Amino acid sequence: MLNFEYASPSSLKEATALLGASWADAQVLAGGTDLISLMKDYIESPKRVVNIKNIKELGGISSSKGGLRIGALVTFDELAANAAVRTQFPSLASAVRGVTSPQIRNMGTVGGDLCQRPRCWYYRTGNGLLGMKDGKSLVPTGENRYHAIFGEGPAYFVSPSSLGPALIALGAKAKLVSTTGTREVDIAKFFVAPANDTSREIALAPNEILTEIVIPAAATKNATYEVREKDALDWPLATASVALKMKGDAVESAQVVLGHVAATPYVATQAAEMLAGKTITEDVAEAVGKAAVAGAKPLSDNAYKVQLAKVAVKRALLEAAGKKAV
Amino acid sequence: MPSYSWPEPEKRKIIGQRISRLDGLDKSSGRAKYPSDRNPQGLLYAVLLTSPHAHAKVRSIDTSAAEKMKGVTGVRVISKPGTEIQWAGTEVAIVAATSEPLARDAVRAIKVDYEVLPHFVREEDLSKVGARAKPAGEQITGDPEAGFKDAEVTSEGTYAIPVITHCCLEPHGAVIQWEGDKVNYWPSTQAVSTVANELARNLEIPATNVRVQMEHMGGGFGSKFPADRWHIESAHLSKASGGKPVKVFLDRASELTIAGVRPSHFAKIKMGAKKDGTITAWQSESWSTGGFAGGGMAPLPYVFNKIPNFRLNHTAVSLNTGPIRAWRAPNHPQASFLTCSAFEDLAAKLNMDPITFFEKNLQFTPRPDIYKRQLAKGAEMIDWKKNWHPRGQGSGVIRRGLGLGINSWGGAGHASKARTIIHPDGSVELEIGTQDLGVGTRTVLAMIAAESFGLPMSMIKVKLGDNQYPVSGPSGGSTTVGGVSSSTRKATINALTKLFEAIAPSLNTTPDQLEAIDGRIRVIGNPDKGMSWKQACQKLGVTPINEMGENDPKKPEGLNTAGAAGVQMADVTVDTETGRVKLNRLVAVQDCGLIVNPKTAESQVLGACIMSVCAALTEERVMDPQTGRVLNADMEFYKLAGISDIGEILVHMDITPENDKRGIIGLGEPCAIGGIAAIANAVANATGVRVPQVPLIPKNVLAALHGQGRNA
Repeated sequence: MLNFEYASPSSLKEATALLGASWADAQVLAGGTDLISLMKDYIESPKRVVNIKNIKELGGISSSKGGLRIGALVTFDELAANAAVRTQFPSLASAVRGVTSPQIRNMGTVGGDLCQRPRCWYYRTGNGLLGMKDGKSLVPTGENRYHAIFGEGPAYFVSPSSLGPALIALGAKAKLVSTTGTREVDIAKFFVAPANDTSREIALAPNEILTEIVIPAAATKNATYEVREKDALDWPLATASVALKMKGDAVESAQVVLGHVAATPYVATQAAEMLAGKTITEDVAEAVGKAAVAGAKPLSDNAYKVQLAKVAVKRALLEAAGKKAV
Repeated sequence: MPSYSWPEPEKRKIIGQRISRLDGLDKSSGRAKYPSDRNPQGLLYAVLLTSPHAHAKVRSIDTSAAEKMKGVTGVRVISKPGTEIQWAGTEVAIVAATSEPLARDAVRAIKVDYEVLPHFVREEDLSKVGARAKPAGEQITGDPEAGFKDAEVTSEGTYAIPVITHCCLEPHGAVIQWEGDKVNYWPSTQAVSTVANELARNLEIPATNVRVQMEHMGGGFGSKFPADRWHIESAHLSKASGGKPVKVFLDRASELTIAGVRPSHFAKIKMGAKKDGTITAWQSESWSTGGFAGGGMAPLPYVFNKIPNFRLNHTAVSLNTGPIRAWRAPNHPQASFLTCSAFEDLAAKLNMDPITFFEKNLQFTPRPDIYKRQLAKGAEMIDWKKNWHPRGQGSGVIRRGLGLGINSWGGAGHASKARTIIHPDGSVELEIGTQDLGVGTRTVLAMIAAESFGLPMSMIKVKLGDNQYPVSGPSGGSTTVGGVSSSTRKATINALTKLFEAIAPSLNTTPDQLEAIDGRIRVIGNPDKGMSWKQACQKLGVTPINEMGENDPKKPEGLNTAGAAGVQMADVTVDTETGRVKLNRLVAVQDCGLIVNPKTAESQVLGACIMSVCAALTEERVMDPQTGRVLNADMEFYKLAGISDIGEILVHMDITPENDKRGIIGLGEPCAIGGIAAIANAVANATGVRVPQVPLIPKNVLAALHGQGRNA
């Protein structure tokens, strides 16, 4: 880890003023479960680290007519314990349960989950965000068992966010604040597939702070299903989050979002549209799962993830509909 | 000469009791100090610069910038210009500084110019390894052609088990201090009594000048015998600093890259049998890698080594990867996995229950009766009759299956000397230059001494982990418990004999008429005639008794012996849509002769079963063919099972009068052998499909079920 300047402001105004024009100038520290290890491995070496944990307004969960506001500093644990989350957004509660380390649930924050960097082992061993060597990505010709099954590159890593797919399916928005103003971004647009090594995989600018998430008040049946190699602390191989707006027993409209299969959470629009007017049965869920992965282009060693993504969609739909998933 | 033999079972007061580890509370409360906890005043921190290239020649190395940094006390070049590096992670230079971050900064200031050479790091496809192949030659027993001709059913399969590492919780390292002409050495080691010689030779000082001390250590599993290069260099750095202590412990990436691995094993196996299940022939073409030096050859066919006709061909593959070190039962887990997989595949083809098939062929093992009994016991524990079904007869998405694996090991006691001191105040010390790897050696020694003296364990002070104590062997090959128990038994009996000699006259009897029981020395057959232990010791005046005991492996005198056997059986559930395998239950039936402490013995088996679960379900070193580096040199993608992945483990120690009579046998390794085979076979039973390679992750399981992916 290189030496850095440490700032610990107590207001958002001070915090945004401490950020810079580039990621090398300053980075935000919340739970620290990712940034610290990136710094120890010399993957990130910001000149300044801005601790935002003392900014009270970034915490807390509150319900209003407009929906559920979740502060960026809310931890996984707080999120999972919240009654509104548990009753209205089981897909989110389930995504939190997928973070199976108590230490990370206690420290990791909602904002951090959305802003964390990819876990791609080429990136994490010092080959840059896109894992390039001599101008060529190491991923398609290398060890890609955990990599993307959607997209044409050059970003083959998968978005590591646990909450992203569920939040997208629920239609959530993120609030981003800088010294020059505030903007709202759909979570679906918060994630970006970078075109080069110097871009980020999120829409946040280096001088902005993600302050809160708002999930609109809309009654949906929702669920998340994920497949991992281990039950203990591990990253999902594939996740599916679904949110269903119901009309009687039938689906009026649906959102189907896959996680850990592409450089961003993957919104399966056509598959979701198939659900309109249908009652969820095993056959319908199977067909939607199949449609959700229709555009997959697996790499040399990750075709198995296509199957996992398909099954995750099927099981998430059955679970959302209150049916036996397995 | 006194009799050293173990007391008859019915007369034992302490041996055979379930005693909790003496250091358990210290360890669980953090009071126990490991070598890596040692932070003496003035400590310097040493950090390695390692090669990023898997194969390269060092052209030049410039350490000047690092040397000039404030707080840096020394920089040493390990791979001098001209050195050809053969694996990524090789030690190139080492820096000592007043803090670890500073040492890391200094390491980054060293400039190395490498001539990068082509590397080769993958062995799974033998047809692609070219000149890296080192054939071991063909080995033929009997007449394999005739054996296969005689067969009514044959079965062929390919099986693969990857390179894994030791994953010691405490990484490899030491604190080391050069004071005057002496070196104080606090390593994390499996060889307290012998490691000084290796260090001294490299430092060119007399071995008598090296003091080795280690109270506790955080796991070795076979990888912590040598005085590692970074230890030796750190001693030099201590000397250069004017004698400051230097701490050197590998970071996790180096720990997983250069501190030792277990070799992979791949094999194409063909077997033939009669319709009644009798095996007629075995043929295997196997290959493995143990890094650049090659190495690793599984003993095939495993345990059933009296199969009349077999042909073996093995090829070692040299790769630009980190070196092997002994890994808990070297080559045996691989051999058990390969053999038991091929056995169950043949049994399935014969439509036979694998237990029946194994039983049918037990005459080809060295210990048919023991295995027969153990198979029956394991079957009872896992409810085989109820839960087993013929392969492929499961249905639905979620399927359950059972499988089995077997083990065999030596485990005779190593050479060991121990000293017992009985003080006139009645206190007792045991000094022995052994080490407690975390398995309960300290506890077992106190039990044995207490048994000999008829005293409570609290009166025995066990002193180990110091090379100033009598020499005891390194802890490898499951030789420790037999060796140290025997030497301790002899030392305590020798000391007791001296005490009897000292007090016999005052009891008007002869020493051979005395016994030590329940804190008293008394006349045999006349329990009222005697005195308390304390009174007896007071008769020593001012001179303590100081007696040695020795275990000579050539003459164990019935105290210890070799030859452990065991079976493991697994019950798994497989989600056939996701390829997820969940272990429901793993049962282990294990014999190891006389068991001193059933509680710590069971702990050993539990730990071994957990290692087997990891290796079967998730564990694998992943090498990148492009960069030549380990991609998962961390605990994130080098996946060990967590509590929720382990399932239920049931242990049955095969305690019988016949086993007890054999004396003590080491246990650490045999129980780590059969679990992988059992789990892999259970998956085959559940799904009806052989997953040819472990770990049994969705990628590999789905590839077998649906023919997807590279490994289809």
